[in-house]
Amino acid sequence: MALRDRIGRALILGAPFAWLGVFFLLPVGIVLKISLSEQRLAQPPYWPLLDISEGWEGFLAFLADLSLENFLFLWEDDLYVASFLSSLRIAAVATFLLLLIGFPLAYAMTRAPRSWRPMLVAALILPFWTSFLIRVYAWIGILKPEGLLNHWLLSVGLISAPLQIIDTERAVFIGLVYTYLPFMALPLYATLERLDDSLIEAAQDLGASAFKAFWTITVPLAKPGIIAGSLLCFIPIVGEFVVPDLLGGSETLMIGRTLWTEFFGNRDWPLASAVAIVLLVILVVPIVLFREAEARRLEMGR
Amino acid sequence: MAAPEKSSRAVGAVRQSFAPWNEPGKSPLIRFEKVSKRFGDTLAIDDLTLDIFEGEFFCLLGPSGCGKSTLMRMLAGFEQLTNGRVLLAGEDIAGVPPYRRPVNMMFQSYALFPHMNVEKNVAYGLVQEGMRRDEIRARVAEMLKLVQMESFAARRPDQLSGGQRQRVALARALAKRPKVLLLDEPLGALDKKLREETQFELMDIQIKLGTTFLVVTHDQEEAMTMADRIAVMDHGRVVQVATPGVIYEQPASRFVAEFVGDVNIVETVVEGGGSGSPWALCAKNDGAALSVDDPDETLERGDAVVVAVRPEKMRVSRERPEGEANVLAGEIWDIGYLGDWTVYRVRLDDGAIMRVTRANATRFTERPLDWEERVFVSFAPDAAVILTK
Amino acid sequence: MRRGLSFFNVTALVFGFAFLYLPILLLMIYSFNESRLVTVWGGFSTRWYGELLRNEQLMAAAWVTLRVAFVTAIVATVLGTMAAIALTRYGRFRGRALFTGLVYAPMVMPEVITGLSLLLLFVAIDVGRGYWTIVIAHTTFSMCFVTVVVQSRLVTFDRALEEAALDLGAPPWKVFFTVTLPLIAPAILAGFLLAFTLSMDDLVIASFASGPGATTLPMRIYSQVRLGVTPEINAASTILIALVTVAVIVAALVTKRSVMRAERGG
Repeated sequence: MALRDRIGRALILGAPFAWLGVFFLLPVGIVLKISLSEQRLAQPPYWPLLDISEGWEGFLAFLADLSLENFLFLWEDDLYVASFLSSLRIAAVATFLLLLIGFPLAYAMTRAPRSWRPMLVAALILPFWTSFLIRVYAWIGILKPEGLLNHWLLSVGLISAPLQIIDTERAVFIGLVYTYLPFMALPLYATLERLDDSLIEAAQDLGASAFKAFWTITVPLAKPGIIAGSLLCFIPIVGEFVVPDLLGGSETLMIGRTLWTEFFGNRDWPLASAVAIVLLVILVVPIVLFREAEARRLEMGR
Repeated sequence: MAAPEKSSRAVGAVRQSFAPWNEPGKSPLIRFEKVSKRFGDTLAIDDLTLDIFEGEFFCLLGPSGCGKSTLMRMLAGFEQLTNGRVLLAGEDIAGVPPYRRPVNMMFQSYALFPHMNVEKNVAYGLVQEGMRRDEIRARVAEMLKLVQMESFAARRPDQLSGGQRQRVALARALAKRPKVLLLDEPLGALDKKLREETQFELMDIQIKLGTTFLVVTHDQEEAMTMADRIAVMDHGRVVQVATPGVIYEQPASRFVAEFVGDVNIVETVVEGGGSGSPWALCAKNDGAALSVDDPDETLERGDAVVVAVRPEKMRVSRERPEGEANVLAGEIWDIGYLGDWTVYRVRLDDGAIMRVTRANATRFTERPLDWEERVFVSFAPDAAVILTK
Repeated sequence: MRRGLSFFNVTALVFGFAFLYLPILLLMIYSFNESRLVTVWGGFSTRWYGELLRNEQLMAAAWVTLRVAFVTAIVATVLGTMAAIALTRYGRFRGRALFTGLVYAPMVMPEVITGLSLLLLFVAIDVGRGYWTIVIAHTTFSMCFVTVVVQSRLVTFDRALEEAALDLGAPPWKVFFTVTLPLIAPAILAGFLLAFTLSMDDLVIASFASGPGATTLPMRIYSQVRLGVTPEINAASTILIALVTVAVIVAALVTKRSVMRAERGG
């Protein structure tokens, strides 16, 4: 290989690799380090990093300084344990709801005439391009006690007093399903689209009713899409901040919010870091699964 | 060869003694009755009537888009009829959904379920039937044995070769012992050698089981080899239904003659003979007369006809043959050596190209015909067929 | 042929898309409401758009956001495309597993973690936070989306085209610029637009990465939204949505044309 090509190759791989190393991997390392140090009332509000000028002695001192105190605190304080559990529960329920709504939508899209389909896909993606914040904000006007939904329900006569939806978990679920629907429906659509129609026909030909063919052929073969879509929703929802903050009110506990408050409100950076590390540890398994699923999906697309 | 009789003898048929279509009063297993199918503006099937009998190996042959697949899918229940009826064992099956029809299909793509192994694939239809588990196991084993795939039961479809997949698809479609097995281009995805082997295996299996086979194909060789009868289709209509031999030797139209095998066509007009005589004289456009048998005795002087002669029924020779009814002069234009056959393309003096084949019966010919050599092409009166449409 | 819309399918489509679009539509409609009360229709008016234009804080934030998004999109497109090429073309290089992990992780990483970790990095190396730190933060996560978009195009790319160019005597770098790049250009454009909107959209990471000097539009909107729904924010949202919609439609048309041209040419 010519030298020029080798240099080009090294650059093409090296530049993004270096960028992600410095601005993604290294910061996560720093979070880990700070989660093990103690808070102090100063700027920055934690004890400094390893001081290289002090050499080996300094390194030993650095090791000795590390403490698991923050993590112990997290474990002992009910607020954090409850936030983690509540985040996982909300994410799981929301993902299930998304699957329940996303699957029929994606399936119906694959049944639509071929010429419609690019337009339907575009229509599904378009909301994703518009601001997440605005989409969540739109629901505030609809869901609040004097909002459009209550206004309409009252005027139709379905209810006699305004429903309290905003500032409850119901609003959080509505917001999550709304904002994450494209993430669920698109991978599902992609796998269902590729599904060979003759497989369904073969199943029916062999005596399976449409319903049975759906459960024995369509659903198992859509599994890669179901997994990808579910993980693509579940992982970010666990750490979601905007939706619970704007729609959930004070009673909705989610870890993203807790971290935010800890960081910006209490300025306890080491504790916030510890929260981040625990969150990361919880999400490592689904993230790895997602990566595997993505790699397989790309492999299949070949 | 004597002039062929009008009734279809089992010329070239696979099983000489098997001809239920000739038994008077015998009712067919499948009857398409004045069937039409419209997709938007296009008429895919046009007022088609066709009978298929129990135990037949029946081929629907035609170019792509002729409606043969649509016809098969009607029987499977995947297409609705616009007009007409489809009867299976005397009963109209219009309202019966695909999964309740005693008909199974081997798909062109095989449509093997990629998430199930071979055994599960073959068992799928039986499971839907609610068959007992031990019976299913026995039936699956029997089917895999039939197609010689016993040792592949645990494999997944993507771990099989094309030929193996084809066998699994066949076993799966046969497992429920359907009244009719539908095969959509069953050998289309196989290479030539495998295709030939598989043709004979399919015939063996069909005779062993006695199941009625309905094959859709665009490959005339496939149809000729396997079928008891062939229906040649064109533009949504059946243009001829007959045994392979009749289709080849007595094509009903120019389309059939040209679609099935190679043929030399001469467009001409009836001049002499005709009107009750057993032969007709046709003027070729350069004035040379041809003499051709007219077994049906229907031609009239002045009829516009085409004379169709198969390449292997023509002879090419260096000297003018003596006592031959039809002799045409020309020169060798092209020679294609195929090993078993040699194909000569002879350019006649009027400019028409005739295709003549000669079996290479001996290993070496003393003085083989050469390019641009003057030759004579000849054929007997009964070698040609006169077609009016 | 059997593919068709059953009653169930039509229902799913109608409800699905109504659910996706009704809230946005309502928001846009009420941005033209004369009344300050969000639920009471007080007649058509463009009054809030006027107020919006006079709101200097919002305008300043919008300007910051646009600049950040533009630079982010450029850097992220270059880096993301490089990563996509490395992942599809370099086979099994050393560190591939780590690299793949680094590309996929930022996409699903909860934003609070990405934001927090970058902030801690910026504090640790002691850089002043502001415009550039937001750009760096946004580039880091949006380049991964670019990679995925470009990669999926490269995977389906017919390698024979590149081999033909090599065979005809073009060196690899020339093949890249004359054959590969023009053919994957629609994907790169899509990646660019994706990076642009992701950056424009982001609240959480920007909140961590920005300093006192730089406030982005989402940050500004967020702090106002916490105080309640105002028609002014509706108007701002409507403008943003309209801009993005037009951009996406233009991009779709451009892509479609170039894809069609490429297909006709190929």
